[in-house]
Amino acid sequence: MSPIVELKDVRKSFGALEILKGVTFGVNKGEVAAIIGQSGSGKSTALRCMDRLETIQGGSMVICGHRLQDSNIDLKALRRDVGIVFQSYNLFPHLTVAENVMLAPRLVKGIARAEARTIAEAVIAKVGLREKMDFYPEQLSGGQQQRVAIARSLAMEPKLMLFDEVTSALDPQLTGEVLRVMEQLAADGMTMILVTHEMGFARKVADKVIYMKDGKVHEMGSSDILRSPSTPELADFISEAAEH
Amino acid sequence: MTYEFDFAAVLEYWPLLVQGTWTTLRLTFFCTIFGILIGAFCAVVRTGGPGWARHLVGLYVEFIRNTPLLIQSYFLIFGIASMGVRLPILVGATIALTINIGAYTTEIVRAGIESIHRGQLEAAECLGLSRVQTYLHVVIRPALERVYPALASQYVLLMLASSILSSVGVEELFGMANRIQSDTFRNFEVFVVLGVLYLILAVIVRAGFALLGLALFPRRRKLGTPL
Ligand SMILES: Nc1ncnc2c1ncn2[C@@H]1O[C@H](COP(=O)(O)OP(=O)(O)OP(=O)(O)O)[C@@H](O)[C@H]1O
Ligand SMILES: [Mg+2]
Repeated sequence: MSPIVELKDVRKSFGALEILKGVTFGVNKGEVAAIIGQSGSGKSTALRCMDRLETIQGGSMVICGHRLQDSNIDLKALRRDVGIVFQSYNLFPHLTVAENVMLAPRLVKGIARAEARTIAEAVIAKVGLREKMDFYPEQLSGGQQQRVAIARSLAMEPKLMLFDEVTSALDPQLTGEVLRVMEQLAADGMTMILVTHEMGFARKVADKVIYMKDGKVHEMGSSDILRSPSTPELADFISEAAEH
Repeated sequence: MTYEFDFAAVLEYWPLLVQGTWTTLRLTFFCTIFGILIGAFCAVVRTGGPGWARHLVGLYVEFIRNTPLLIQSYFLIFGIASMGVRLPILVGATIALTINIGAYTTEIVRAGIESIHRGQLEAAECLGLSRVQTYLHVVIRPALERVYPALASQYVLLMLASSILSSVGVEELFGMANRIQSDTFRNFEVFVVLGVLYLILAVIVRAGFALLGLALFPRRRKLGTPL
């Protein structure tokens, strides 16, 4: 199976500060990869580089066939293939749920309003918010807003979904509803990379766990490494996470 | 000696007052439409345009905000005339006022644009929207919504300040009042009537903005939250 995501010795600096110090890993089609690690280890940076929100300075990164180190990369094509959801939902406050979801299909793919509405209905139903189609973001709970953000990405039919700590801002009971949506997505065969602090969730859905430390992949393997880590650093990290 | 009020002498000139009020209202209306368009455009250029264009807009804003409206109008109206272009004075006045209010609008809308969270732009970028699409669909409307009260006040101010154009021969409300004054010498009565008329005009402008707000911001309409 060919990898849909391939990072080789990726380096990224902000000014003189090197944040990614040679990151290497791959994710195959249909796989779910969980990136874990201490705060500041470069997880978000790595994810942002994959959608070219940040440019890399060394190594190579191929995402859905797009070579991100190329300066003449077709960004529009990359962003059609990649969906990304952040911790802050970033819904457009002046648009309804349906309008939020329809915006990109209409503007980027040029899909007509009626057809875009059909697409929106399907993805909004998928995240369980059919009855909220015409609500505004401020009328929704955090968990519901985050599910809309996921639906908004799905409407573009991405080949890869990136999630950056999408439940960190949510109460425990709201966390559950978002995680269930992601679990369903994984079951449907979506290729996903998620940065998460939810160890239980990583253990349950991740095919691959990537533990980052100081801008490098420190340990990587199947979700079994969460039960029996081979490096003492990961063991410490897991027991620390369990305390919270 | 007691002063005898004679409002009748002033109100006799009601056709002039109506005409002046109408002129002021029209002037304000067109300046509002064009002013908001120019202001929104310049604010976008000022925040997202190429360097030279940002500077150009900055220059425009600073120049207008630091010179008197009367002098701007004078040079514009008579400047155009001296180039041999024959424009009705009201058109010249509209252009002058629009250029003036456009600068203030630019600054207000710019503040609105800068208050839009970076995450909004990033979300639009990740969805594949172009910069222009992002501005049109994600930035401008919420930005206008945030600064809308300030904008409304600025345009009431514009309406009041338009009285200054009587000095360059525009027969708006204040100009008409001057005529009545010199005919009747009833200065006090004229100013009382004038004050009331300007007050009514201000209420009309505010109501107009409230209606425009309902059209521009459907979310406010649906949720019933005030601006
Ligand atoms: N735009 C930026 N400019 C400068 N430094 C940055 C920038 N973005 C991130 N950094 C720095 O890069 C380092 C890694 O940040 P990153 O957000 O990738 O960490 P993280 O692993 O996602 O942490 P967390 O778990 O807290 O989200 C941090 O030290 C951060 O201060
Ligand atoms: Mg992070």
